[in-house]
Amino acid sequence: MPLAGLVLLIGLPPVASVLGETFYIGLFSRVLIYALAAVSLDLILGFGGMVSFGHAAFFGAGAYVVGILAFHGMEESAFISWPFVLMGTDNALISWPLAILTSAGLALLIGAISLRTSGVYFIMITLAFAQMIYFFFTSLEKYGGDDGLSLFARSRIGGLDLNNDATFYYLCLGLLIGFILLSYRLVNSRFGMVIRGSRENETRMGSLGFPTYRYKLVCFVIAGAGAGLSGALIANQTEFVSPSLMHWTVSGEILVMVILGGVGTLLGPVFGAAALLLLEEFLSLYTEHWMLVLGPILIFVILFARRGLYGSIVERIAQNG
Amino acid sequence: MYFLLFCQQFLNGLQFGVMLFLMASGLTLVFGIMNLINLAHGSLFMVGAYLCATVFQKTGSFLLGLLVALPGAALVGIVVEAVALRKLYTRDHLDQVLATFGLILFFNELTKIVWGPRALFLDVPEALSGTIEIIPGAPYPAFRLAIIAVGIIVAIFLYLMITRTRLGMLIRASATNREIIGALGVNVKLLYTLVFGLGALLAGLAGAMAGPLVSVEVGMGEDILILTFVVIVIGGIGSIRGALVGAILVGLIDTLGRAFLPSFFKLFIDPATADGVGASLASMAIYILMTIILAWRPRGLLPAHG
Amino acid sequence: MAEPLLTAQELTKTFGALKATDELSLEIQSGEIHAMIGPNGAGKTTAIGQLSGELKSDAGTIFFAGRDITRLPMHKRAHLGLARSFQITSIFLNFTAQDNVAMAIQAHDGHSFRFWKPARTDSKLQGPACEVLDKVGLAHRAEIVAANLSHGEQRQLELAMALATNPSLLLLDEPMAGMGIEDSSQMIDLLKSLKGDVTILMVEHDMDAVFALADRITVLVYGKTIATGTPERIHTDPAVRQAYLGGDA
Repeated sequence: MPLAGLVLLIGLPPVASVLGETFYIGLFSRVLIYALAAVSLDLILGFGGMVSFGHAAFFGAGAYVVGILAFHGMEESAFISWPFVLMGTDNALISWPLAILTSAGLALLIGAISLRTSGVYFIMITLAFAQMIYFFFTSLEKYGGDDGLSLFARSRIGGLDLNNDATFYYLCLGLLIGFILLSYRLVNSRFGMVIRGSRENETRMGSLGFPTYRYKLVCFVIAGAGAGLSGALIANQTEFVSPSLMHWTVSGEILVMVILGGVGTLLGPVFGAAALLLLEEFLSLYTEHWMLVLGPILIFVILFARRGLYGSIVERIAQNG
Repeated sequence: MYFLLFCQQFLNGLQFGVMLFLMASGLTLVFGIMNLINLAHGSLFMVGAYLCATVFQKTGSFLLGLLVALPGAALVGIVVEAVALRKLYTRDHLDQVLATFGLILFFNELTKIVWGPRALFLDVPEALSGTIEIIPGAPYPAFRLAIIAVGIIVAIFLYLMITRTRLGMLIRASATNREIIGALGVNVKLLYTLVFGLGALLAGLAGAMAGPLVSVEVGMGEDILILTFVVIVIGGIGSIRGALVGAILVGLIDTLGRAFLPSFFKLFIDPATADGVGASLASMAIYILMTIILAWRPRGLLPAHG
Repeated sequence: MAEPLLTAQELTKTFGALKATDELSLEIQSGEIHAMIGPNGAGKTTAIGQLSGELKSDAGTIFFAGRDITRLPMHKRAHLGLARSFQITSIFLNFTAQDNVAMAIQAHDGHSFRFWKPARTDSKLQGPACEVLDKVGLAHRAEIVAANLSHGEQRQLELAMALATNPSLLLLDEPMAGMGIEDSSQMIDLLKSLKGDVTILMVEHDMDAVFALADRITVLVYGKTIATGTPERIHTDPAVRQAYLGGDA
């Protein structure tokens, strides 16, 4: 079934162009980008059992790195003058890795503190830290504060013209697939086993000899890096960054995507992102009050369809196979 | 002159702390007793504000607004508890978080439909619209003083209720051992509903009192909700004393930080940068406080059961 | 007499108003099977918890192989050769039996910051895991998900995981908890076969097992040691009879 989905996704842009509905290319680019953020969250949530309600902070931070560098690039000014010079740029090969590194660094700081707690404390603390990051960015008058920052054009990568929607779309698709493959290797590796074991029975892991804190922190950082990459992509897709990207409701939405699609499946979040974003798009055609419907739908899924869309399918196949 | 300014801001901090205490005590009770993390608590704050504002617009009386808002919020809370939240008691925290997140989306939208997207106007009641010189030379808004007074009354009331009444004893017992309470013949469902209703009432009270000070609009509950979480984490989940201490701390640090940090920095750096840095740091102050306290006491300052 | 492998001195642990461990002192000789018995609520599991590092003692010291491990966290003690099994089965229910044991092997095979190679095909883990499973008699159930194992098999797996870490001291908390007669006697034979390879401190209620296996027994009552010695001595000790039977023996 994933293969069918993949074929659909690959074939989308040419089909859309032929039908004259190029809007869908942009919409599905957004789906792919949020899917990437959701898969990165699934790593820590589904496999690590870490319920982070602050994932949007890394998403937004990655976006802002790209946005701020592009801003300085436009002005031909330096972002940092001391201790070393970092000029603004729209070169993706500089700004995107920086976005990933920044988000990873942020995840390291937040994770180092938050992971000393667990359970409800962990949920609340990750939420609080994300909110702190949100307020920090709203206070940055230089970079637009509440109103946000516009990018003039998408990032440059060598010969690729990312301003072409189809090209950008395929790049997002490629990155998403790449990240999923890497994550797949990760969760089945020794590292992955430690993470999964810690989720299930942390005391036993400790008594066997694993310093679980270390491993969870590294996993948290990897997830943060993934979210940072998706942030860099969203900055390009919308050519706009604002603090609303890291509002806690966005953290909630990404969580919903993971649960809706199927937590702990890596592919589930892709379905979840598609379902949520397409549902929003579809419902808003009928009413501007689509949230009224989405809220109860979400509650319903949580209460009765816990395994999510993809998760249920996987389960049914496992039962019949 | 600075001293008077400091006094005023200090009182502002206390008043903000009272708001947070009203929210935090309800939330921490619900968590301590029913083990339920309820994101929709902020929606009850919003309900209180909206009900009060609506009645105020129809009758011109803030008092009447209060009299409607309190039971109103409690009622909404009880209904939500019976219909949706009851099923969540046995679920894990992630499920609770997501389900109550869904509730927020629903409530916000419902409010938008019923009242429209624009903010409602709610004014300070006539009787409290003046100032009182509680500190000589520093006139302070009577309304805000009233809020602080309400806070003290509620704190005393909660203290007496928890330590002196049978209900309070049941609450304390439930907090330590949930299962036994049912076995002893206590109507657990009723107890939970009562506790939830009390929390909802307190949230509604906070919302109604906040109405004249902030805009009564959709989404007003969420900002204070997250601050409430910070208060509970600092104070210790399940502990009302912790909620009080945490709320006062957070209220003071946030208010005083915003008032004085920019000026403080102006002593060292140029005014423009100082404003920026001061404002940024002020907005992060309470989270930094939370981090420091957690590093020292991972379970909060006064956790309910060690 | 040789230096004891493990020495606990005046361990104390209080939970609120309850003194679960009251200046407990204990000595385990290398190579012996040492049983810890006592009435319910005597604080045996709490004692094991402090020895393994799961609980932090309020007072007292613990020495292992000549080292002071009192302040050492749980995972570091594991690397010194201390392994523990739990009274309430604490395995990875969603993993297969082999995965469970492989995890224990992995804990002691260097660091686990390896992100690429699949763990399930790693012969350095799976080979030794199969051997341990064989030793406890679970080789034929290696591929079964742990949640689907019978209770007795889960207790065997519980022990296998502790064994897989190549310990010098095994802390076993009621290894035969909830087991029927057949499973119990299998477990007793297994533990007998380990004698000499590894030192064992075991908490047990099953008196047949205790007297069949133990070289020495320590009796715990209200968190305090009231008697230590060979099974014969303990059997006739008046203080012990009083604690178990109450009043005149």
